Amino acid sequence: MSSLAQVSQVAGDPAVHPTAPAPETEKRSWTAYLLLLPGVLWLGVFFILPLVQLAAVSLQSRFPGFPGYYYRDLNFENYLSALTDYAPHFARSFLYAGLATFLAFVVAYPLAYAMAFKAGRWRNLMMICVVAPFFTSFILRTFAWSQILADEGPVAAVLNFLHLLPGGHIINTPVAVVAGLTYNFLPFMVLPIYASLERADPRVIEAGGDLYANGFTTFRTVTLPMSMPGVLAGTLLTFIPAAGDFVNMELLGPQRGKMVGNVINDQFLAVPGGYPVAAALSFTLMAAILAMVFLYVRRFGTDELV
Amino acid sequence: MTTTDQTPVASPAYRPSGAKRVQLWLANHFAILSAILVLLYLFLPVAYTFAFSFNDHGKTNIVWQGFTWKHWQDPCRVAGACESLVTSLQVGAISTVVATVLGTLMALAMVRYRFRGKAASNVLIFVPMATPEIVMGAALLTIFVQGFANVGISLGFTTIVFAHIMFCLSFVVVTVKARIQSLDPRIEEAAQDLYASPAQTFWKVTFPLILPGILGAAMLAFSLSFDDFIITNFVSGNESTFPKFVYVASRRGIPAEANVIGFSMFVLAVLLVVGAQVVSSLRASRYKE
Repeated sequence: MSSLAQVSQVAGDPAVHPTAPAPETEKRSWTAYLLLLPGVLWLGVFFILPLVQLAAVSLQSRFPGFPGYYYRDLNFENYLSALTDYAPHFARSFLYAGLATFLAFVVAYPLAYAMAFKAGRWRNLMMICVVAPFFTSFILRTFAWSQILADEGPVAAVLNFLHLLPGGHIINTPVAVVAGLTYNFLPFMVLPIYASLERADPRVIEAGGDLYANGFTTFRTVTLPMSMPGVLAGTLLTFIPAAGDFVNMELLGPQRGKMVGNVINDQFLAVPGGYPVAAALSFTLMAAILAMVFLYVRRFGTDELV
Repeated sequence: MTTTDQTPVASPAYRPSGAKRVQLWLANHFAILSAILVLLYLFLPVAYTFAFSFNDHGKTNIVWQGFTWKHWQDPCRVAGACESLVTSLQVGAISTVVATVLGTLMALAMVRYRFRGKAASNVLIFVPMATPEIVMGAALLTIFVQGFANVGISLGFTTIVFAHIMFCLSFVVVTVKARIQSLDPRIEEAAQDLYASPAQTFWKVTFPLILPGILGAAMLAFSLSFDDFIITNFVSGNESTFPKFVYVASRRGIPAEANVIGFSMFVLAVLLVVGAQVVSSLRASRYKE
């Protein structure tokens, strides 16, 4: 994640010293705890405690005859239900999020590359252009996609004219959902890749050319490996929100065949008595994603992420 | 000796054929051309939002029906639009201030001190960023409904602010931390060599140097809070923020007034970011002289 933070630093500031030597001795005192205390308390009360409560709810049982009331229990059937009844929803979430992450990578890389090596003095302007669309509410932009991809809209019209759209529709299909997810989380892919490319020494890439590698070989053996930390951070930052999203499915997707986010949202907010199963679903989703992150971090080191 | 003049590439008279030239030009500019296409793609929905703010629509604002200024003349005409915007701005302002202060303190502790439990603190800061919003929203809903409600805090403005501070906090910490780590420690050592007390060193040297990082973190926190829908939807009860207003309205067609407000916020934010960039580059050039 530090690669994200890196991006927000102001370029060309004389006080910033990228190769500054590490301080000789870090101070050791109680001051550290005083500085940490308010933030840690906040995360404890509004992050850890709610998760503990969510875990408790995921094991509660419904009060028979009183929808919306639950009693404390160790009802593991909620998890069984989450894993069996809603397995297709999990599969769809991970499939669509995976596709969107891959597409975002394909779209983001040339942009990040151009920003790092080709933009010159336009670099800051391009950075603003990447972030700027995201100042329009994300719901408004997703709704705009529902207009763009609608049957009367330009994309469907062109594809239908060319007879390239077998079903005749884009809107209300999984294709539209993946398109929406790809769009919505694109900057989370662009910014980390840009940050790691920007740190790369362009002379190393030139050396690839000097050693008679062609453009593609240089890219595959030199440029891409150097940007891997950014690519990894970008895939996590794109995949995690995409896997938990329900808005794109709600605004762009079909009526049937929802994602796990939709189920959690509906079970909590629309279905009376849905809390325990929804909590079990949330926990399973979180466990799956944290396991993935853990493997990623184990495999590729933590320095670039935290 | 005569052969040197015949090496085609070195010769200034070498002219590739037309098709070859186009091919070379495309190869050289591939990255920049695709970057421009991607930027256009990023802006396409914004352009749609802008265009449809002028749509003289009936019940739903989906198909173009004709041009009108009326939505821009009175964007507050639609019930709830401006009220929800004010709520979002208030939530964003409070959350940004609290999260930025708490996060900056944490970042200072994490970079400048050695202490027991540092690794655990790192994990505690990292995990909220790796947790899907829907899980955080669900968890907060359960604690607010089954716990906080018993002590008189029901879902609404307060719970939205509590939640927003929580999810902005980690992003503030990593942003400010990166800034502190990139500072040259010799600047502070110099201040102490010149007999500045630790407090003087902090307020006269360290703080001004990390201020750009703090401001960047605050902007990030505000934009995260202002645009959040998923967590807000869980913890807001009957209170409505701007994204929630738009989402609820989308069921029956978003009124063009929402496009007016959304696009105006976009213009304001862009002006703010461009302004900040200009100020910082002016400052940087002043230092260099």
